[in-house]
Amino acid sequence: MSDVTAEGGHGAVPTGSEVPVAPKAATARRDWPLYEVFVRGKRGLNHVHVGSLHAPDDEMAVHAARDLYTRRNEGVSIWVVRAADITASSPDEKDPMFAPSGDKVYRHPTFYEIPENVPHM
Amino acid sequence: MSAPALDRTLDEASLQAHFDGVIAAGHRIEPRDWMPEGYRKTLIRQIAQHAHSEIIGMQPEGDWLLAAPSLRRKAILLAKVQDEAGHGMYLYSAAETLGADRADLTDKLIESRQKYSSIFNYPTPTYADVGVIGWLVDGAAICNQVPLCRSSYGPYARAMIRVCKEESFHQRQGYELLMTMMRGTPEQRAMVQDAVDRWWWPSLMMFGPPDDDSPNSAQSMAWGIKRHTNDELRQRYVDMSVPQAEALGVTLPDPELAPDPQTGRYRFGAIDWDEFKQVISGNGPANAERIRRRRAARDDNAWVTEAATVYAHKHAAVSA
Repeated sequence: MSDVTAEGGHGAVPTGSEVPVAPKAATARRDWPLYEVFVRGKRGLNHVHVGSLHAPDDEMAVHAARDLYTRRNEGVSIWVVRAADITASSPDEKDPMFAPSGDKVYRHPTFYEIPENVPHM
Repeated sequence: MSAPALDRTLDEASLQAHFDGVIAAGHRIEPRDWMPEGYRKTLIRQIAQHAHSEIIGMQPEGDWLLAAPSLRRKAILLAKVQDEAGHGMYLYSAAETLGADRADLTDKLIESRQKYSSIFNYPTPTYADVGVIGWLVDGAAICNQVPLCRSSYGPYARAMIRVCKEESFHQRQGYELLMTMMRGTPEQRAMVQDAVDRWWWPSLMMFGPPDDDSPNSAQSMAWGIKRHTNDELRQRYVDMSVPQAEALGVTLPDPELAPDPQTGRYRFGAIDWDEFKQVISGNGPANAERIRRRRAARDDNAWVTEAATVYAHKHAAVSA
């Protein structure tokens, strides 16, 4: 049973190298774009990314997001945006985009030493 | 998503070293990070089979939607089955962040090229099965899934947190259903015991083969996409289930089940791995039926997705 593993919740199934994973052209829903979904948990909070879904248009995406991500009062507002319309930095933490902030420690309040006897600071 | 072109001059060895460092530090790998091809493929297989299991898992209990004994039970069951669909969607969403295609994964399931959990190939002949699935099957799933909330792959871990919150409802509604039946007639109590007798051993099989027959586990543990061995999780599940069975008033069908005075844990009898292999290979009681219905759901409803697509295109053309 060398090819059977249990990682993944509902139990052990074959997950060995013979199980194909390379994507190939599927027949259904090829035309439905991928939407990223953001939910405002309650008033006063930001919208937070919760996942993604496929939908034929923006309106259907909002309806599907409601059913999929807010079945238990998880939100009071939903944003959906086509994944293709998002421009992102590389998430790599070694990314040079974020390097310049690393040596600007003077931007943080803890950089400044204030005597203990100075109140309210 | 697209990214501004950044200079990537790092060679594979330093990328691998960086990846290993992130894992070693207990940090999460995120979708657009570099990752070894084996890690990506293993995760796609793992997440896809998990998603398939949630989707196929709607069927055994869905059979009871129209026969639930009260409106209250029907509403609960409907919510539960809807959750299983939701869990499948969260997981397909996570698989897509690795480059998999959702519709293609469904095709692979229907063509039996990817599998789903063997547990859903058992039939649900009585209403007590609904309760026992909630208690034992979802209980085993919780045992497997709680550690996966700390999976090294960020989107999978986040999906699992969401799933685990909802699984707790699944297990508790099942147990409450069984408690209600156990307060009923002798026939109802017998029905519960019969369902426990049928589901106990398949539930233990959900944790997979014993550790000495599970050679892929070491790599998955090193990658942080498996957190405990199959036998550890199975033992934890048995220890949790025995007092629950006692409180319910049912007997678990294992004469060898007994506390080990030395470890304080429960010893249990040998699992029939031949049955497990048979069911996994497609020879379980309901394999053909599960796939037939999943195929019908795709093919018979294709006109809905096509109509929505045409409407969206026409609408876009008008407003353009």
